Amino acid sequence: MSKSKEISIPEQVKGYSQVRLDVDLTTGKVEKTTLSEKFCRDWIGGYGFAAKILWDELKPGVDPLSPDNIFLFAIGPFPTTILPTSSKYGVFAKSPLTGMFGMSISSGSVGAQARRAGVNLIVFRGKSPEPVYMVVDDNDYYLVPCEKTLWGKGCWETEELLREEFQDQRLAVMAIGPAGERMSKMACITNDRNRQAGRTGMGAVMGSKNLKAICFRGTKSTKVAQPTEFYKMAKKLIKVANGPATAKYRDLGTPAGITSYNKLGMFPVRNHQEGTWEEIDNGAFTGDTLNIDWVVKKVACTDCSIACDHITQVPKTHPDYPNLFASIDVEICYSFGSACGNPDWPTVFKCVALCDDLGIDAISGGVTAAMCMECFEKGLVTEKDLGYKLPFGSTKNLVRFTEEMILGQGFAGEVFGDGTRQAGIRLEEMGQKNAGFYGMHIKGLELPAFDLHGMSSFAVGESVSIRGACHLRNGAYGLDAKGTYDRFGYDKPLERGKAIKNLEDIYAIIDSYIVCKFTRGIYENDAEMAKVYELVTGIPHTEESINLRGDAIVTLSKCFNIREGWTRADDHPPEKFFKEAHTKGPAKGVTLKEDGYQKLLSGYYEARGWDTETGIPTDETLKKLSLDFVIGKLKPVSGGRKK
Amino acid sequence: MSVKRKRVHQFIVVDPELCTGCETCESVCSFVHDGEFNPINTRIHRVRIEPIFNIALACQKCEDAPCIRSCPEKALDKDEDGSIIVDSDKCNGCGFCVRACDFGVITLHLDNQIALVCDLCEGMREEFIDPGVGKREPQCIAVCPKEAISLKSVEQIGEETRIQAVKRLFGDVTEFGLKK
Repeated sequence: MSKSKEISIPEQVKGYSQVRLDVDLTTGKVEKTTLSEKFCRDWIGGYGFAAKILWDELKPGVDPLSPDNIFLFAIGPFPTTILPTSSKYGVFAKSPLTGMFGMSISSGSVGAQARRAGVNLIVFRGKSPEPVYMVVDDNDYYLVPCEKTLWGKGCWETEELLREEFQDQRLAVMAIGPAGERMSKMACITNDRNRQAGRTGMGAVMGSKNLKAICFRGTKSTKVAQPTEFYKMAKKLIKVANGPATAKYRDLGTPAGITSYNKLGMFPVRNHQEGTWEEIDNGAFTGDTLNIDWVVKKVACTDCSIACDHITQVPKTHPDYPNLFASIDVEICYSFGSACGNPDWPTVFKCVALCDDLGIDAISGGVTAAMCMECFEKGLVTEKDLGYKLPFGSTKNLVRFTEEMILGQGFAGEVFGDGTRQAGIRLEEMGQKNAGFYGMHIKGLELPAFDLHGMSSFAVGESVSIRGACHLRNGAYGLDAKGTYDRFGYDKPLERGKAIKNLEDIYAIIDSYIVCKFTRGIYENDAEMAKVYELVTGIPHTEESINLRGDAIVTLSKCFNIREGWTRADDHPPEKFFKEAHTKGPAKGVTLKEDGYQKLLSGYYEARGWDTETGIPTDETLKKLSLDFVIGKLKPVSGGRKK
Repeated sequence: MSVKRKRVHQFIVVDPELCTGCETCESVCSFVHDGEFNPINTRIHRVRIEPIFNIALACQKCEDAPCIRSCPEKALDKDEDGSIIVDSDKCNGCGFCVRACDFGVITLHLDNQIALVCDLCEGMREEFIDPGVGKREPQCIAVCPKEAISLKSVEQIGEETRIQAVKRLFGDVTEFGLKK
């Protein structure tokens, strides 16, 4: 196996700006340093950069919402080139929602403008004495107090005001809303109006640092190592990115999956009580209906050939939400739609618009609302508590609940304003026994749009995800949906483990490059993905070496979690999947089996070279991945993760 | 792919129904002319009006071009295709052409402050010419992922609009006359 060490480093790397900024928000000081060529080669970008820096530089056991946490912004080598979906950025920190490795990725214009400003990485530390926003304007880096101008404003207005202030409609703005300011553990960061770094509460970390927004613009050029060859390949990839490989993202968008996953009993309904829905069967709540009746435009992020952003419009004549625009994908059709038993499209759009503008993750938000609905159904939350009824299928009351939850108002805000895990803890403290059972999360992060009852491979894939419940760390749902393995059974644990590992390694590279998962299929193979990296950076990574780096990045961020107190029990789906089955559909009567699940989990650990009992990487594996610096440091610190 | 016709002034036209606002045209414009990506040095400019309107604009090749009239250095002229050509020896970066252009599609190059205006890629670099095509052609059209960009003359635009109007007025024209 070729080791990363053997990959030569050119004298000058291209693509990367190699500029790292360290911003001490407490003192207002900004320091500029250079990322070494070796660092770029070994950690690739985005996720990889963050895995290394958070391991090296974040003191273990810190409170995620204290000034001690690090908030990290990073891009890879591709933004501002025409490589499809290159304009992506990532934000990273210890997550207030999970207490573990926090990461969220977004796009819009931010990645490209950050690259034009010449910034590769920003590390924020401390806490500003007053609300500020950060400006990265070519080589000018500064903080601007904004208590009177922006604090308290929604993300959309913040972006508009800053673009007006700079007289520049192309200014890239990442902003938090009132939810981030009040440090809701579900708080997101919004940019370009419709794009969010939503997951794991990164907006709360910004809020905890009094950092309202970050703006980027720049005039710098990006050179690539082999311009002619790169241009040839980029043109080909743009063409392919408009072919069959991405058709589902362009045409109906990800909501195309509603119908297909419903058929398989995998589309979560009423807080994962069911995996099929009559509103989908009858055609009312499908990707087709959404597109025919509501979508008015598909919009692209910078340098994206696909344009997956499906914008819906509620007609001007609608009594409640006239002329409302919202950005819709399958996740929110689930979170505020099927999970809440709500087939009313304008209600879904309104809830999503509230989340995007006021600043919480619309997946976590909807799943938290669905938890409240089930608690209401079971009598654990009452009309007296909320001030209104909230059964499944609520519309106006769902909107009301959502707004209160985001803003931290009333019972909804106090109990449900920080997501499902906190809501469970709070309700149980109030005497509602076993309320946590209805919180659909893994490691504290709310589940995406898959129901795990009949998905034994993805039950593992989703549970081992570094950042908590997530379909984008390894995409192992495909193994169940495509029938690669028996999705109701538990055979071939090592083989399944290897399949999940292989997906996870290349996904880690995609998140480090950073490009969009939607372009995964435009490359002929991993070798072509490595080639495009070489054409841009001049670093001759190969299919083997990038996958090895992906393995190292996943393993290092796993080590971060272990240091923060992770144990095997954290890699576990919600109890509901083991105890309550669907009453209809293809997975009727099926529950996950604990012994089978544990067998598959051990298979995954084995495939990774992690101890099959504890799930902790062995010294041998750490050495193989050149992670020698981790050895001996995998003891969790006392006072680490708090649930 | 649009075929270029001599002496009929064709210019870059972008369909806002198809344009997604991805800015790929801007990036590629700078790249094929300068060999590096810098969308500020583009000759085609994306405009996005939130939340849904997207388009890109490039030189419209005005008949009586205000940019040419406004240039105090007489650095701007037209070639036989009606494209604005900039004499880089004469252009001193004063920016009067930028102010004169009704469409905002002239800018100044960041490095040398010389006026930038769409040349339909006559000035693109040799090494980026597609061997399969063998000649210079507008690269924004070649790469636009949604085929939203085309090369058209006002006559073509009028003709297309008329055909669409007739289809609206007469419905399925292949059936015309058969219903009697």
